[in-house]
Amino acid sequence: MTAVADTPARPVNRTWRKLRANKSALIGAAVVTVFVALALLAPVLPIADPNATDWGAIRKAPSAAAWMGTDEIGRDVLARMIWGAQASLLAGVVSVLIAVAIGVPFGLISGYFGGWTDSIISRITDALLAMPFLIMAIALAAFLGPSLTNAMIAIGLSAVPIFIRLTRGQVLAVKTEDYVEGARAIGLGHIPIMTRYILPNVFPPILVQATLTIATAIIAEASLSFLGLGQQPPAPSWGSMLNTAKNFLSQAPWMAIWPGAGIFLVVMGFNLMGDGLRDALDPREH
Amino acid sequence: MTIRKLMTALLASVAMTTTAFAADLRIGLQEDPDALDTDQARTFVGRIVFESLCDKLVNITPELEFVPELATSWSWSEDAKTLTMQLREDATFHDGTPFNAEAVVANITRSQTLAESRRKSELSSVETVTATGPFEVQFTLKNPDATLIAQLSDRAGMMLSPTAAAEKGLELANEPVCSGPYKFVERIQQDRIVLEKFAEHYDADSYSFDRVIFLPIPDTTVRLANLRSGDLDMLERLAPSDVAGVQADGNLTFASAISQGYQGITVNVNNGARSETPFGQDARVRRALSLAIDREVINQVVFEGTYAAGNQPFPPNSPFYDQTNPVEARDVDAAKALLAEAGVERIAVEIQAANNPVQLQLMQVIQAMAAEAGFDISIKATEFATMLQEQTAGNYDATQVGWSGRTDPDGNIHAFMTCEGGLNDSKFCSPEVDTLLNEARSAIDPAVRKEKYDAANAILREELPIIYLYHQTWLWAMSNKVKGFTAYPDGMIRLSGVTME
Amino acid sequence: MLLFILRRILIAIPTLILVSMFVFALQKLLPGDPILVMAGEDRDPEVIALLREKYHMNEPIVVQYLYWAGDVLRGDLGISLRTNEPVLDLIASKLPVTIQLALMSMVFAFLIGIPAGILSAVRKGTWVDWLANLVALSGLSIPNFWLGIMLILLVSVNLGWLPASGYESPWVDPWKSLTTMIMPAFVLGTALAATLMRHTRSAMLGVLQADYVRTARAKGLRGRVVILKHAFRNAVLPVVTLSALLFGELLAGAVLTEQIFTIPGFGKLIVDAVFNRDYAVVQGVVLCTAVGFIFMNLVADVLYVILNPRLRTAQ
Repeated sequence: MTAVADTPARPVNRTWRKLRANKSALIGAAVVTVFVALALLAPVLPIADPNATDWGAIRKAPSAAAWMGTDEIGRDVLARMIWGAQASLLAGVVSVLIAVAIGVPFGLISGYFGGWTDSIISRITDALLAMPFLIMAIALAAFLGPSLTNAMIAIGLSAVPIFIRLTRGQVLAVKTEDYVEGARAIGLGHIPIMTRYILPNVFPPILVQATLTIATAIIAEASLSFLGLGQQPPAPSWGSMLNTAKNFLSQAPWMAIWPGAGIFLVVMGFNLMGDGLRDALDPREH
Repeated sequence: MTIRKLMTALLASVAMTTTAFAADLRIGLQEDPDALDTDQARTFVGRIVFESLCDKLVNITPELEFVPELATSWSWSEDAKTLTMQLREDATFHDGTPFNAEAVVANITRSQTLAESRRKSELSSVETVTATGPFEVQFTLKNPDATLIAQLSDRAGMMLSPTAAAEKGLELANEPVCSGPYKFVERIQQDRIVLEKFAEHYDADSYSFDRVIFLPIPDTTVRLANLRSGDLDMLERLAPSDVAGVQADGNLTFASAISQGYQGITVNVNNGARSETPFGQDARVRRALSLAIDREVINQVVFEGTYAAGNQPFPPNSPFYDQTNPVEARDVDAAKALLAEAGVERIAVEIQAANNPVQLQLMQVIQAMAAEAGFDISIKATEFATMLQEQTAGNYDATQVGWSGRTDPDGNIHAFMTCEGGLNDSKFCSPEVDTLLNEARSAIDPAVRKEKYDAANAILREELPIIYLYHQTWLWAMSNKVKGFTAYPDGMIRLSGVTME
Repeated sequence: MLLFILRRILIAIPTLILVSMFVFALQKLLPGDPILVMAGEDRDPEVIALLREKYHMNEPIVVQYLYWAGDVLRGDLGISLRTNEPVLDLIASKLPVTIQLALMSMVFAFLIGIPAGILSAVRKGTWVDWLANLVALSGLSIPNFWLGIMLILLVSVNLGWLPASGYESPWVDPWKSLTTMIMPAFVLGTALAATLMRHTRSAMLGVLQADYVRTARAKGLRGRVVILKHAFRNAVLPVVTLSALLFGELLAGAVLTEQIFTIPGFGKLIVDAVFNRDYAVVQGVVLCTAVGFIFMNLVADVLYVILNPRLRTAQ
C-alpha cells in the first residue's frame, strides 16, 4: 500500500485550509455526501418499495414510471439502487473500522516493543499479506455464512494486515523522537506513551489509508455479493444486483449499468477524498 | 526471426487451424464434468461426455423406450429374477480390447466392488453376473427389480475397457478407455475435453465429426455469445430468458425436451428438533404454502414459460404421470383458511436455496407469493456442499432442491419417500407408502406399477414432505448448420446422425 | 547481496508454513461437507465412509494437517477431490495461463501508464495532466468485474469483435491466444496502469525539480532529451520496483477476471475449489500464490538494490 511520510503533530486548521483549497477532494466529498444522504434518507424519499414485486412488469426498460427500469421480478431499480447504497456504504465504513480497530493496536505493539513480539506479529502479517486479499475474503465469508454482516467482518479481517504493517512502520519512525524519549524519561508507562504520544503522531497516514481502504472495501463487498456471499435476497446491494443482472445482459442491460455506475462513483468519491487528505497532510508540497 | 517471417508463420498457423479442424463439433457445457470414470462419476454434465465416449448396454428412445446398444436383445426369466442379454459381436474398446461377455462381467463387477464406485446402489439388486457364452451374459437378481434395465441404460451399463481398468485403476478417470464412437484425447480441467472419432466403432458411419470438443462455460450469457460468434456450434442448458433471442436469430436453431426430474421444496417433517414446527408437523400448513404458490406464474416469470409446472415426482411426459391430478390453481383464501384451521396466523419459515441467481429469483417469487397467505419466508442462500450437510443433519426447516431424474420412475421417488430411503432427508415415513413403493419396484407390469405409484402419490399429495414446483426443460441452442439433432428427455447429446453443413 | 537474498529466503520459510496453516484451518472451518457431494446423487453410505477414510476426514484436524504437510515435503500436493487429478498437474497446467494473463496486463499497463505519467508530469497543471489524472482515477475506481461484464456486452455480444471467453495457448494458436486474452488483460491491467501512471508522475515531478535536470536544461539541452535521458532514467527506479510488487498483486487480481471471462487459470481454479470444498486444490494453489507473492517481493528488493548504485556500494 502507499507509504505516507511521517508527520509530527501539526495544527489541524492548516490541514483543513489545504483540504478546502483542494478542488478534487471537495468534489469527492460532495459525491460521497450525496450518496450518504440518499442512503440515510431512503426510508423517507418518495420512491417505490424496493421489495415490491410486479409480475406484470418484468425487466421493463427505464420509463417515466420506473426511472431506472425494473428488475427480474418487477421491482423498481431506482429504489433498489438507493437502498443498495446503504449496504455498500455501510460495508465500506464498517469493515474499515474493524480493520483499524484490530490492525492499529497490533501495529502499535509490534513497533513499540520490537523484539520477539514484533517478530511474531510481523511473520503473521507477512503470511496474511501473502494470501490474496479476495481469496481470504471469499474463504472467510464462506466460513461465516453469506450475509452482509459477515461480508463486512470478512473484508475487515482481510484488511487487518495492511493496517498492522502501516502502523508498525510509522511507530518505528516516531518512537525515537525526542518527545517519546522524554515521556519515557519521566517514567510514564507503556500504555500512556503509546496512546498519548505515539498514536496521535502516527494517526494522519492511518486516516489517509483508511479513507482509501473504504474505496477498496466497497469494491470487495460488491465482489463478494457478486459471488453470492454478501447481502442476501430480497434485500438489495449493488453487488448482488450485478450478480443477477449478468444473466440478462442482452435483454436488460440497465440492470447491470446502474449498480456498476453507483459503485464506480462512490469509490471514486472516496479515492478523491483520500488523495486530498494525503496532499493536505503531506509536509512536502507548498 | 524477421517480422515478415513471423507474420508468415502466424498466417500459416491460422490457415492450418481453420482447415484442419473443419469437422470439429464444439459443445458448450454449463459445468466442468467431474471424474471421467463411469464408476466414479456423479455429475449430469459428465454423462453428456460419456454419451459420446462410452457405449452402454441399453439405450433409450426420446419416448423413453429401451432399445439395444451393446446388448442386442434381452429376456427375463419367469420369476423375474434372471436377466439374459445377447451382446453385439462387432464392438471393440478404444485400446483394441475386444468387447464380449467377459468384458461385461468385468465391468459390472468393477461397478459393484470398486471401493470408490458410485454405482453400487444402482446395481444393488444384482446377485451375480456370469458369462453364459462368448456373447451372452446372465444377471441373477436377489429380488425382482424392474429398474435394472433403466440402470443399464445409464452409467451402470457403460462399458470400460477391462484391460485399461485393470491397468490404471482409479487413474482411469484421467484417461478413460471405452468403446463409444469417440475416444478420449485430452482434458484440461475447466477448459476443455477433446474426443476424436474412433474409426473402428461398429457404427462409425453414423458419426460425422472428426473431433468433439466439450467446453465448460458456466455463464449463460457468455456461452450464448460464444455460440453467436461461431466459437461454439452447440450449447446445452440455454437460459430460458434467452430462448426468444435464439428463436429470433436466423443463424441459430433451438431444441427442447422436458426433463425426467423435478424441482421442489423438501420439508423437514421428521428429521430432528427443527422439524418440530407447525410447518414440519402439520400437513395443513404445508398444503397452505403449496396453495399460496402460483406455479404458472413462476413458469412465466422465472422461466419464460419454457418449463412445465409440476405437482408430482414424475414429469407430465412420463407414462407414470398422474393425469387425474393436474397442477392446482393458486388459492390464497384457501391457504389462509388452512392456516387458520391449523391455528396459525403468520408463520416464519427459513428455506435453503442454491446460491445462484436463478434459484434465488425463484425463491424471491415464492417469498412474495407466500407472504400474501401468511408465510414469512426467509431465504438462506447456501452452497451445495453445505446444503447437503445441513439437510442430512436435519439442520433446516425446508430446502428448495431438485432431482435430475431417472428413466425409471422408481429413481424419482423410492429413495426419497421410503422410511429408510438413502435420500430421504425430510425423514418422512409412512408404512403404507413404503409398501406401495416396494411393490411398484418389483412389479414388472407397467400397469400394476402405475396403480401403485398413483396410490402412493395420493398420500404424498396430502402429506407434502416435498412440495413439487416444476419440471425443468432441457434447452439446447445450436448453429443452424448443425442438422439432425434429436432432443432426449435425459438431456444427453446423442451425436448419431448429427451432421454439419 | 547473496547473503541478503539467502536471508530473505530463510525468513520466507516460516511465512509459508504459517500461510499453509492458516489456509488449512480456515478451510476446515468452512461449513459444508464435500464428501456428501463427491459421493454422488445416490449418496451411498459405503462410498461416503470410504472417502472419509481415504481423505483422512475422520482424523483430528492437526493430524490431517500433518498428513498434508508430510506429503508436501515429499513433493506431493495431493489429488483433487473432484476429478482425481494430481494438484501438482493442475497447477502446472493453470499457472502458465495466469502468468500469460498477468504479463499481458503488465505490458498493457506499461504501455499506457508510463507514457501517460511522463506526459502528465511534464505538462503539469495543463488539461493533459488533468485528463490523465481523471482517467487514472477512474481506472482505480472502476470495479474490475463490472468493466469485464460491460466489455463482454459491448464488444462480444453487441459488436461480435472478440470472443467472450476461453483460452488458447500461444504455442498452439498465437492469434487466437491474443484475441481471447485482450479483453481480460485490459480489464486486469486498468488498475495497474492507473497506479503506474500516478507513480511515474510523482517520481518524474520529483526528478524534474532536481538539480541535475535543471543543470541539463540550463546547458541548453532540448526538452525531450532532458526528459528521456536524464529525468526518466532516474524516475524509473521506483517504478520498476513497484512493478515487481504489483505483479504479485496481479496474480491475486486475476481471481475475478478469470471468473468473468471463463479463463481456465489459477483464479478460476481456486474460486471453484473454494466453492466445491476441494481442500487439496485450495491448499496447493494458495501456497503457490504465496510463494509467487513472496518471490516477487524479493525480486523487487533485489531490483531496488541493483538499480540504485548508491545502495549497492553502501552494502
